[in-house]
Amino acid sequence: MNNKTSKAVFTIVAVLSANASWAQAEGSSSGYGTYLLYGIIVVAVLVFFMIILQVADNLLVIEAKQSGVASKGANFSLFPNWKELFAPRLPEYLEGKPVTVLRRGHNINLEGEAERVLDESVQAKTFAVQPPNFPGISPIPKVMVEVGDEVKAGDHLFFDKKRPEVMYVAPVSGEVIAINRGAKRSISEVVILADKEIKYRELKAIDPESASREELVSHLLDAGVWPLIRQRPFDIVAEHDVAPRDIFISTFDTAPLAPNLNFIIEGQEEAFQKGLDVLNKLTDGAVYLGLDGRGKEQPHAAFTEAKGVEVHYFHGKHPAGNVGIQIHHIRPIGAGDKVWTLGVQDVATIGRVFTEQRFNAQRVIALTGAELRQPRYVRTYIGANVGDLAKDNLANDHVRLISGDVLSGKKKTAEGFMNIYDDQLTVVLEGDDYELFGWLIPALNTPSISPTLPSALFPKLKKRAETNMHGEKRAFVVTGTYESMLPMDIYPQELMKCILIGDFEKIEGLGIYELIEEDVALCEFACVSKQPVQQILRQGLDMMREQA
Amino acid sequence: MNFLHRIEPDKEKSPFLHTVYDGFFTFAFTPNTVTKGGVHIRDGMDLKRQMVQVVFALLILYLFGIYNIGHQHFIALGEYPGFLQGVHLKLVYGLIQIIPIFVVTHVVGLGIEFFYAYRKGHGIEEGFLVSGALIPLIMPPDIPLWILTLAIVFAVIIGKEAFGGTGMNILNIALLARVFVFFAYPTYISGDEVWVAGLQGLAAGSPPDYGWIHLSVFNPLFEALNLPGYNPASAVVDGYTGATPLSLAFHSGWEHVTEVYSDSQMLWGTIPGSVGETSKPLIIIGALYLALTKIADWRIMFSMVVGAVVMALLLNTWGATPFMQVPWYYQFYMGSFWFAMAFMATDPVTASGTPTGKWIYGFLIGFIGMIIRVLNPAYPEGWMLAILFMNVFAPLIDHYVYQANISRRLKKARAVA
Repeated sequence: MNNKTSKAVFTIVAVLSANASWAQAEGSSSGYGTYLLYGIIVVAVLVFFMIILQVADNLLVIEAKQSGVASKGANFSLFPNWKELFAPRLPEYLEGKPVTVLRRGHNINLEGEAERVLDESVQAKTFAVQPPNFPGISPIPKVMVEVGDEVKAGDHLFFDKKRPEVMYVAPVSGEVIAINRGAKRSISEVVILADKEIKYRELKAIDPESASREELVSHLLDAGVWPLIRQRPFDIVAEHDVAPRDIFISTFDTAPLAPNLNFIIEGQEEAFQKGLDVLNKLTDGAVYLGLDGRGKEQPHAAFTEAKGVEVHYFHGKHPAGNVGIQIHHIRPIGAGDKVWTLGVQDVATIGRVFTEQRFNAQRVIALTGAELRQPRYVRTYIGANVGDLAKDNLANDHVRLISGDVLSGKKKTAEGFMNIYDDQLTVVLEGDDYELFGWLIPALNTPSISPTLPSALFPKLKKRAETNMHGEKRAFVVTGTYESMLPMDIYPQELMKCILIGDFEKIEGLGIYELIEEDVALCEFACVSKQPVQQILRQGLDMMREQA
Repeated sequence: MNFLHRIEPDKEKSPFLHTVYDGFFTFAFTPNTVTKGGVHIRDGMDLKRQMVQVVFALLILYLFGIYNIGHQHFIALGEYPGFLQGVHLKLVYGLIQIIPIFVVTHVVGLGIEFFYAYRKGHGIEEGFLVSGALIPLIMPPDIPLWILTLAIVFAVIIGKEAFGGTGMNILNIALLARVFVFFAYPTYISGDEVWVAGLQGLAAGSPPDYGWIHLSVFNPLFEALNLPGYNPASAVVDGYTGATPLSLAFHSGWEHVTEVYSDSQMLWGTIPGSVGETSKPLIIIGALYLALTKIADWRIMFSMVVGAVVMALLLNTWGATPFMQVPWYYQFYMGSFWFAMAFMATDPVTASGTPTGKWIYGFLIGFIGMIIRVLNPAYPEGWMLAILFMNVFAPLIDHYVYQANISRRLKKARAVA
């Protein structure tokens, strides 16, 4: 009998014994007045008994706390607490592990999940590094190559004039065929036509165990993997001259149609562990891994058996897999804190700098969405051409290509390129048609969190995603959906309002540093008033960054 | 679809027509706009769907309210006392009474809405969908239409458009209309006469007030169908007062109420009162629908009941007047508590926005409303005033909830550092 059940039984026995004495009192009395008297006596005795029990119980808890045996979240009381009684059934592999149960959020079930097949035949011809992928760098970085130049994978392409140490490098070898510019002559893409066989720039061999932190940092900067490390608050490329408080890595993705990282990590286990070792040298704090506690599938051994890290399991709906949510529940970002976050494949890329002595920007990308004939995984490199990845696979012409998931990904044309941090390409139907009485008819195919639509009653049913707005933009209405979509101690709607009016003090107080776009994406999805929540949040983040 | 686009008025030449066209077009068709930046797929829920659910929940109250108008009318005249006697007469009478109220409410309210949408150059918003459905239900059945018109003009212009339109108002629009009638025309709305429709007076022997539509349209029709018609010669019976249970309880306590109305009458709502407020089970069905579909917040409803119970118990203990001595559970048999709880307090725009705030907000409405009901010497009902009062305080409650969140975060940061 485990701890939880024994506590529940104890509580029941306590209640039952009280009832039993009540019944005895009734049996022995005759008049109406004596009933009352016995009743009061029984209640008084019971109250007295409970007071003693409660006091003793509290002393027990206090003692446990003082002696330091009460670690995080452990309940030393005799009574099961509220959370324990109503805890969901957790999968067996979580027994005795640190688990955070998240109750808020929502899983959007869509058609077109990638099959667990790695298709090596799909290859992109062109690749690009896109300065707009990196929030916070100046729009016109200094480009070190010209159109026509031959580059090797790992060769420096450009750097930010504000932080010239951080090098942005070529993911593949080949010829630079275009340097595309966007608005106000900003540089939007440096495009490389890839060689058949990728040639690498050789990096010098360094042993991360013996190297100092400074040596490691300058090696990573030169190798070009530094931009893969992101820094919160603001979700910018990590500052190389700060030591982060902690480093957080989420090893599962709960977004709609998200790739399965247990599958992606296969074959990259060694590089992943090497990357973790390196990261451990970069922070004075800890490296935290957020693990999948949903129980559909046990996390890969590369995650559960990772050395030198603290693992933490999360059980809940999307956005439980977002690293921001995990940071909030492990060790929240306060004012002045700086933490780093990385994706699983980014860690492996950093690891390969030391295991292979080269910048190997290999990425396994999930092609997902109901408009693809065969949703599956492909092996390519960072910044692959979207059209090349999706061509021959499209079942429909009238589609939208998204680098990333449907909630926080970016729209791309067939000529566009995958964004650097994305490991998923989603193809969804463009929903630009009119719907008769669309606000009244309960359409089965429309994903929704509201019980007024049938899709909320059949959460397992997979929907074919399309991009219609399903309504018009309105003023914020306080329906409570924002709060129910964000499993954090944050009031997102009030935060958005404060951003719009520019109340800096309150924006900071309400916890903007803990959020980035992907965390509030679900709020935007569910918003009844169709407000652009992610855009407002980025506006607020930019505002706060300029202030700092 | 092509035809509809062809008749679309030009935005430059006739902006007002364009606004109206746009309003009706988006009512009929969900626009074909697609997401741009941010999320790529959107929830099927929009404000229109959100608001129409409230209207759904109100439909059964409309049905019952219409019937009850007729039922009360004939009870005053001493005819067809059984609930199912004279069904056609009661139904038609109720319809004749409610349709003008409904039409005036919507013509005036939507007219103002259209005008402001055109003046401000935005689309027509659906805010009046719910207000327009609520207002007829909280008015006495005999309300003069010109008073109704003034009330709606006041509520929509001062209460909503002055604050910036749908979603921006501080006070509940429907209640604002009701409170306008209450304070501006006390002679019309107070007293016992307004709760029963179509009588020239409440004194015994007063004749009913039938118009040509009753006598020359429906009477011949009923005659042709071999049914009894309206009888202009009938008169109010002896001993009839038309008083609501609340005013009876206020003046002489619960015993007096039970002399006139039985418990089940008060529960099922075959008593005089505002159009939609009387039938408790039907309102509770609507409230459950709204709570289960998460349109209205159950926290507000629940804590409002708790607040009212607590105050009623306190008043029972005090027991200084006959009204205070009314057993606490009977307080819920009378008046418009349930309607206010289900449809008025839960308005998401004017209620408190945070979960914690909602508990406080609902509790205080229940608590204060019961005080006003029992202790106010002028008018024995309090929910309208309590809700408007708490509407004003809702932002303050939220402010403190947000402040608590901010200081909690600061504390955590300090503990970490």
